[in-house]
Amino acid sequence: MIPASYTFRNVTKHKVTSTLTIFGVGLVVFVFTAVLMLAHGLFATLVATGSDDNVVIIRKASQSEVTSIIMREQADIVSTFPEIKLGQDNKPLFTNELYVLISLVKRDDDGSSNVTVRGVTEKSMEMRPDIKILEGRMYQPGTAEIIAGKSISNRFKGCKVGEQVRFGSRDWTVVGVFDAAGSAFDSEIWGDIEQMMDAFRRPVYSSLTMKLNDPASLAAVTSRIEGDLRLQLEAKPEKEYYAAQSTATTQFIMIVGVAICIIFSFGAIVGAMITMYAAVANRTKEIGTLRSLGFSRLAILRTFLFESFVISLAGGIIGLAGASFLRFVEVSTVNFNTFSELAFNFRLNGPTIISAIVFAVVMGFLGGFLPAVRASRLKIVDSLRAT
Amino acid sequence: MAQALVQVRGVSKSYYRDSLEIPVLRNISFDIPEGEFLALMGPSGSGKTTLLNLISGIDQPSGGDLVVAGENIARMSEGQLAKWRSQHIGLVFQFYNLLPVLTAFENVELPLLLYKLSKADRRKRVETALTIVGLGDRMDHYPRQLSGGQEQRVAIARAIVTDPTLLLADEPTGDLDKVSAEEIMTLLSRLNKEFNKTIVMVTHDPRAAEKAHSIRNLDKGELA
Amino acid sequence: MLMNLIYRNSFRHKLRTILTVVGLAVAVMAFGLIRTVVDAWHAGVEAAAPDRLITRSSISITFTLPLSYKEQIEKIDGIKAVTYANWFGGTYVDASNFFAQFAVEKGNYFKVFPEFIISPEVMDAFNSNIKAVIVGQKLADRFGWKVGDRVTLIGTIFPGNWDFDVVGIYKGKDQTIDESTWFMRWEYIDETMKEQMPGRAGEVGWYGLQLADPSKAAEVSAAVDARFKNSSAETLTETEKAFQMSFVAMSGAILVLLTVMSWLIIGVILMVLVNTMAMTARERTSEYAFMKSMGFQGYHLWGMITGEAIVISLTGGLLGLALLAAIVNVLKAGLSAWFPVFKIQPLTWILVVALAIIIGLIASAFPVIKAMRMRIVDGLRVVD
Repeated sequence: MIPASYTFRNVTKHKVTSTLTIFGVGLVVFVFTAVLMLAHGLFATLVATGSDDNVVIIRKASQSEVTSIIMREQADIVSTFPEIKLGQDNKPLFTNELYVLISLVKRDDDGSSNVTVRGVTEKSMEMRPDIKILEGRMYQPGTAEIIAGKSISNRFKGCKVGEQVRFGSRDWTVVGVFDAAGSAFDSEIWGDIEQMMDAFRRPVYSSLTMKLNDPASLAAVTSRIEGDLRLQLEAKPEKEYYAAQSTATTQFIMIVGVAICIIFSFGAIVGAMITMYAAVANRTKEIGTLRSLGFSRLAILRTFLFESFVISLAGGIIGLAGASFLRFVEVSTVNFNTFSELAFNFRLNGPTIISAIVFAVVMGFLGGFLPAVRASRLKIVDSLRAT
Repeated sequence: MAQALVQVRGVSKSYYRDSLEIPVLRNISFDIPEGEFLALMGPSGSGKTTLLNLISGIDQPSGGDLVVAGENIARMSEGQLAKWRSQHIGLVFQFYNLLPVLTAFENVELPLLLYKLSKADRRKRVETALTIVGLGDRMDHYPRQLSGGQEQRVAIARAIVTDPTLLLADEPTGDLDKVSAEEIMTLLSRLNKEFNKTIVMVTHDPRAAEKAHSIRNLDKGELA
Repeated sequence: MLMNLIYRNSFRHKLRTILTVVGLAVAVMAFGLIRTVVDAWHAGVEAAAPDRLITRSSISITFTLPLSYKEQIEKIDGIKAVTYANWFGGTYVDASNFFAQFAVEKGNYFKVFPEFIISPEVMDAFNSNIKAVIVGQKLADRFGWKVGDRVTLIGTIFPGNWDFDVVGIYKGKDQTIDESTWFMRWEYIDETMKEQMPGRAGEVGWYGLQLADPSKAAEVSAAVDARFKNSSAETLTETEKAFQMSFVAMSGAILVLLTVMSWLIIGVILMVLVNTMAMTARERTSEYAFMKSMGFQGYHLWGMITGEAIVISLTGGLLGLALLAAIVNVLKAGLSAWFPVFKIQPLTWILVVALAIIIGLIASAFPVIKAMRMRIVDGLRVVD
């Protein structure tokens, strides 16, 4: 067995080449990790939106709240379902909400984007215990007061506490900023539903949300809805509903991102291959010496594979370390499913770390394999004669 | 003869390893007249190759003057030296130093690219040079298709193709078998006699040195 | 002759050069692919006509305007024609079969938007059948629709199952025109709404305004919005280009990330080539020294080494462009749901060639400096 120190010294001896290869692999791993982090961040933001025992109800076939319409009469029927849990005040934990998109102007570049405005009821907050007022206070029902999610507050004009923003022919005063623990609600503006319906001249709701007595009673709710012809509605667990809202965008990021990563990991593999072929060529005589000392072909193969493993692992760690800083970057983009602005962070999780390291090592293996085979096949006599 | 072609005046050369000064040549002075065929001999480390490098202008002395064909090359800048070399010097090395990707013809043509010559003129000169060294029929061969002796003859053709003032050879037979070495020496002495080339050759092979007009021995950086 | 030397040196170490070229080509392909995707995003902006304005609700595009605005807008100075449309948003068989569906005013719409080529017979059939639909060539190809087919969509915004008769297939007047849109009759929605949800009848998603004089776009926009100020449905009027751009801007972050990614790819290309050139130069040290000894100067070496780097990077770049052209052709059909117009822009070709040269220059800089600074005697001593 050729000692590992032989490998490490060779890597450090050819500084320029090793560094370049390590950074090449690192850059590819960086991008690969970033793509996974982005997709995971988006998915996690939407999946984090919602509690296990909450159920969202929208109009049949409408797919999202944007296109859903629910009549007041329909809402009244649903609100009497016995599966709904009662709150501390003994009233059902049930809310009817209005969901509209408005165009707001961004702070940084004066461009505009679609922002979700949610008309909510007094139960909306109670049913989503993760949401906390971060700054200022709750809106007063019956007034033109609103509270803004923390991602909206920073990025759009007029959305900080004390500022005013105009939509629906009215000026609204922002009295509070809320933190929804990294969920999609962070990208929304909330206000009194009756005020909102009046301002937007929408006499209908967009969605209904209820908290169940028992998560298992979802089936009962579904069959109850289907059994009533007046209700052309469908019920989904809140988590599942929001997860579905991420499909188009996550799919896009994954397909485009991973395809590009795979294509250009080729570049890194080629870089590693060039380096390893040169390493073999430069050390032909050394290989001959080692073989004549009695080291087997397998030992030579193993040594060179190990060298490319060391290089790619170093690159993988550097790329991963670089990408981990992206966690502090917030990205906002339009969600293709709802057509509204959604802010989210790059997120690093265990599977992403493992994938990145595996990706790096596979690149190293693919890049190092052929050169290592060449090294192990060299004839002792020929290689000893090399200069 | 008014002045010698090469005048070496008090030339010294030192290398520095870290802060340690290692003298290689100490205060050397001698002349090489035109038409001379001089062999520089001496044990390894005596400084003979360094002296040759100084005369060929690929290295510069630490002190003293070196006048070649009326110009003091010890005082020239890098750029001036490069131009000077292309006009006055033809170099032959122990390991031939042919470019493997170029044919014999193209290797010989290489130094002519530094001159403003038409393609036809270049062709004529290259053919002449290769014919002189006896390889007129091997012009389109690549170095790897030639024997060592043939490769060295291409290198000599390349050294003489510009018709340099001085032909300098560093161990030209060092890498060759006896027969080939003999041929190379015969060729060099022919160039000296027939074409009146001034030749300075570094060698440690006494048989090669026999062909020279005169021999100077170097030892520990001084002329013996 | 020196060109000859550069060329032969480039392919001297065949395996390494081939690997480098293939690596570069694949990376260039990825770079070009990203650019093509980003460009495809802007296709709507590129295709926008300068003489058209779009009027929509000031709240956001998801809010509608009353049909009665048409007459009022027509009276405003500087307007040649007004038409309207609505977003239908139905699904065909499965929600993933997304395509744009516009419910448009019969007759007039295609006068204001003449880039869709429709024969007079098809036009007549469209105007005479309330369930008529004209689909783009690519959309028809995607689902195998033919004239005379009956197609059913499930409404998301307008509930129910909707039956349509395909009466024609349109083509764009040039390559920049989207050929994957579905045009149906606005009256179909309206008549149905009148019966089922009278509150939602007479609603228009947006108005398309044709200007008499494109240079008056700003004044006319202001006049339209002033006309409906303080009404129950305020408007926002902007040029078609700005309107399309607002859609692009909403996905700005993704586009920025894609662009950053494309430049990181260039970084990887650079490292691969720097690596190759560093190794090449190291092996050739004694040759460079010898050429210097013959009287070749720094700029000769620069030309030789840089020339070699550029030969390699250009070969890789051009091969990459060829691969790109091939892959874009393959992907065009699959991506038509997302990108109706998917083609390589001329700027991408130019950029790749320019970048190949720049990368060649940068990659060879280090070896060139080293070769220039090298003392001939040191270089000659390296026998490798």
